Amino acid sequence: MDGTIAGWVEQIRQAGAEGAALEIRGGGSKRFYGQAPQGKLLDTRGYSGVVAYEPTELVITARSGTPLDELEAVLAEKGQFLAFEPPHFGAATIGGSVAAGLSGPRRQAVGAARDFLLGVQVIDGRGELLTFGGQVMKNVAGYDVARLMCGSLGTLAVLAEVSLKVLPQPVAEASLRFEMDQATALRRLNEWGGQPLPISASFWCQGVLTVRLSGARAAVEAASSRLGGEILEGGEGGALWLAVREQQHPFFAGETPLWRLSLPSDAPVLALAGEAAVEWGGAERWLRATAAASEIRAAASAAGGHATLFRGGDKAAGVFQPLAGPLATIHKRLKQSFDPAAVFGRGRLYPDL
Amino acid sequence: MAETMEAVEPGANEADFSGVDRARVIEALARVMPPGSLLYDQEDLRPYECDGLAAYRQVPMVVALPETEAQAAEILKACSELRVPVVARGAGTGLSGGALPHAHGVVLSLARFKQILRLDPVARLAVVQPGVRNLAISEAAARHGLYYAPDPSSQIACTIGGNVAENSGGVHCLKYGLTVHNVLRVRGLTMAGEVVEFGSHALDAPGYDLLALVHGSEGMLAVVTEVSVKLTPKPQLAQCVMASFDDVVTAGNAVAAVIAAGIIPAGLEMMDQPATAAVEQFVHAGYNLEAAAILLCESDGTPEEVSEEIERMRAVLEASGASEIRVSRDEAERLKFWAGRKAAFPAAGRLSADYYCMDGTIPRKRLGEMLKAIQGMETKYGLRCINVFHAGDGNMHPLILFDANVSGELDRAEEFGADILELSVALGGTITGEHGVGIEKINQMCSQFSVAERTTFFRVKAAFDPDGLLNPGKAIPTLNRCAEYGKLHVKNGQLPHPELERF
Repeated sequence: MDGTIAGWVEQIRQAGAEGAALEIRGGGSKRFYGQAPQGKLLDTRGYSGVVAYEPTELVITARSGTPLDELEAVLAEKGQFLAFEPPHFGAATIGGSVAAGLSGPRRQAVGAARDFLLGVQVIDGRGELLTFGGQVMKNVAGYDVARLMCGSLGTLAVLAEVSLKVLPQPVAEASLRFEMDQATALRRLNEWGGQPLPISASFWCQGVLTVRLSGARAAVEAASSRLGGEILEGGEGGALWLAVREQQHPFFAGETPLWRLSLPSDAPVLALAGEAAVEWGGAERWLRATAAASEIRAAASAAGGHATLFRGGDKAAGVFQPLAGPLATIHKRLKQSFDPAAVFGRGRLYPDL
Repeated sequence: MAETMEAVEPGANEADFSGVDRARVIEALARVMPPGSLLYDQEDLRPYECDGLAAYRQVPMVVALPETEAQAAEILKACSELRVPVVARGAGTGLSGGALPHAHGVVLSLARFKQILRLDPVARLAVVQPGVRNLAISEAAARHGLYYAPDPSSQIACTIGGNVAENSGGVHCLKYGLTVHNVLRVRGLTMAGEVVEFGSHALDAPGYDLLALVHGSEGMLAVVTEVSVKLTPKPQLAQCVMASFDDVVTAGNAVAAVIAAGIIPAGLEMMDQPATAAVEQFVHAGYNLEAAAILLCESDGTPEEVSEEIERMRAVLEASGASEIRVSRDEAERLKFWAGRKAAFPAAGRLSADYYCMDGTIPRKRLGEMLKAIQGMETKYGLRCINVFHAGDGNMHPLILFDANVSGELDRAEEFGADILELSVALGGTITGEHGVGIEKINQMCSQFSVAERTTFFRVKAAFDPDGLLNPGKAIPTLNRCAEYGKLHVKNGQLPHPELERF
């Protein structure tokens, strides 16, 4: 067993024996997300590096502490990338990206972080080193425990290694800009979504809708002339999508609480006070609002989705939409089965997990 | 870490259900089911004795055919109370014995859940009952220019509930994903009979990704009662390149070269010479019978996109040593190219009395090694094998030909298959890509997963089904079973393929 892993196992077993909590942390770029982290630090950055990468297999395996920048640079050398466009928010690691399960603008077209995760090596709360999934794209041997780790915010196990499917970078891209209100933008995005168009991202904010086209050069050109709009020149398109992914766009500035509403793409404009932005073809809605959590959650539920207090605000009302009934029971039992002494990520996701 | 585990851990031994009282079960179910929806006479039970893996048969104690979710919930509640195992069943096309009945159990057939409840072209989703056939969804969506992307070969017959249970793939999943990538929400029942929804009509749901977890769970975590699938805009055009190669390894390298060129084909399939010979006499697809292997490489999208991509594919395949390249000139010819591939299983059925289909996935670069090893196994077991291969994603379907009426051939075919699966694991792959473990590959799970990993699987099951009543004895082998299998399988103190590094 690798020395770093052996050290983690020891740290986990000791914390379990003492009834102590551990905060699993990579770059700490997403510490703002979820409830405040508790416990002693388990720093993953010492376990870093790409373990295996063969561009023709479309798979990369890396240690969890590998900086996301570094991993993306390795892929870029071969003209490939992480198609779910995980946000960096600073010095992100690949382990943290998988644990947080966040996806960027391209999610609407290609899928989320969980869709690209093929396998993991983890250490559970008992200190057992376990491998689930693998390095191949089709694998139904055993339950899909690998994907279960995605978005679990480090509450089930420590990620040691992750294997991800990668894709070739698109040959061509173009960004188009349209002026329209939110309701019109939602209608257009859903209409376009039902047609074979190479739309890979969308962002509506303050009366302006921008869409990105990606694919073969001919396809991007054909779609671009069909959709119309104003073509963003030079690096303007790329800069916009980077700013949206990293939440550096002016919409995300300031201290007003930032809510993320995940809704069916065709849900109407919600009657909630505050400034709104739309991504993912209508399926992701951002809201800057000071309204009560209960009001925002009720509106999201009524529209068939859920709301997360993404940044700022009063987390006393919970960051994530509460679970009830058998779902809550299954969550508690899963937590108990992976981490019986509640060593990992105590309270980060829900108070009782 | 077996020595540190307490005796109470789930998964140590097979559960014993021999004490189930048949008369009490029938009486309890008759109270909650309308007449005509409960079968318990031997002759009525016979059609349920196996699924698509006919080598394993077991007549169930009772078959229940509910028509509503409420009835299904009552069945589960009654079975929970009486501690009776329940095996959910869709169309019964599964290839790994996942729906093999339990001798002391109830088969819960979802065959009467056949309604498409909602088809929404704006939201691009369909809400369907689990007994709806895979292809029926695409047929219903066609008038909106939409379809349901995963297309397992059995799509005419297989149902969406079973697709969720197995996380089914198909020939287009390199580009369009598996079932798990195309389902938004699964509604189901726990073994306790409680309604539960995994996922949502948004793109994600709060909490753990239980939607991913139920995909491929082989009916062991919950019973599916409703599935919301994503509908995809139908590409305007599809075109297919057929490339012939003088050598299987050259063909394998050509697959890698296509991917390396940054192309993600809509479909990328390989067939070896015995496979093309078998199907050609059957469907006349126009395959080059001189070739050691052929590749089918498909592009779809807008006409501009397809013509650009086809030219890039052609260039890469030529540079990779293809001896002949043909591009489909029209839709009829494209379908003809595919007809051969899709007829591979029936063709095997014509060549041989019986065939045994394997499903391992390996890293593509190990293909040459695998095919050479299979040639050696043909000699070793005295059986023929034809190979069809989802080359794009590394999923192999060797078809082992045998005759069950010839004494010893079935046993040899099973050993041949087990050898292929063990080698798949040793080459860095997995024993099953899309058909599931079921009962068929349960012993090979002992090779792929450690004791601690298998124990984790049992704990995951217990989180959904604490009493272990949903499809017991499938997919995850008990510690006891693996111990028995290990005794049989370690020959002369050596694991199979000791020369290969374990991962």
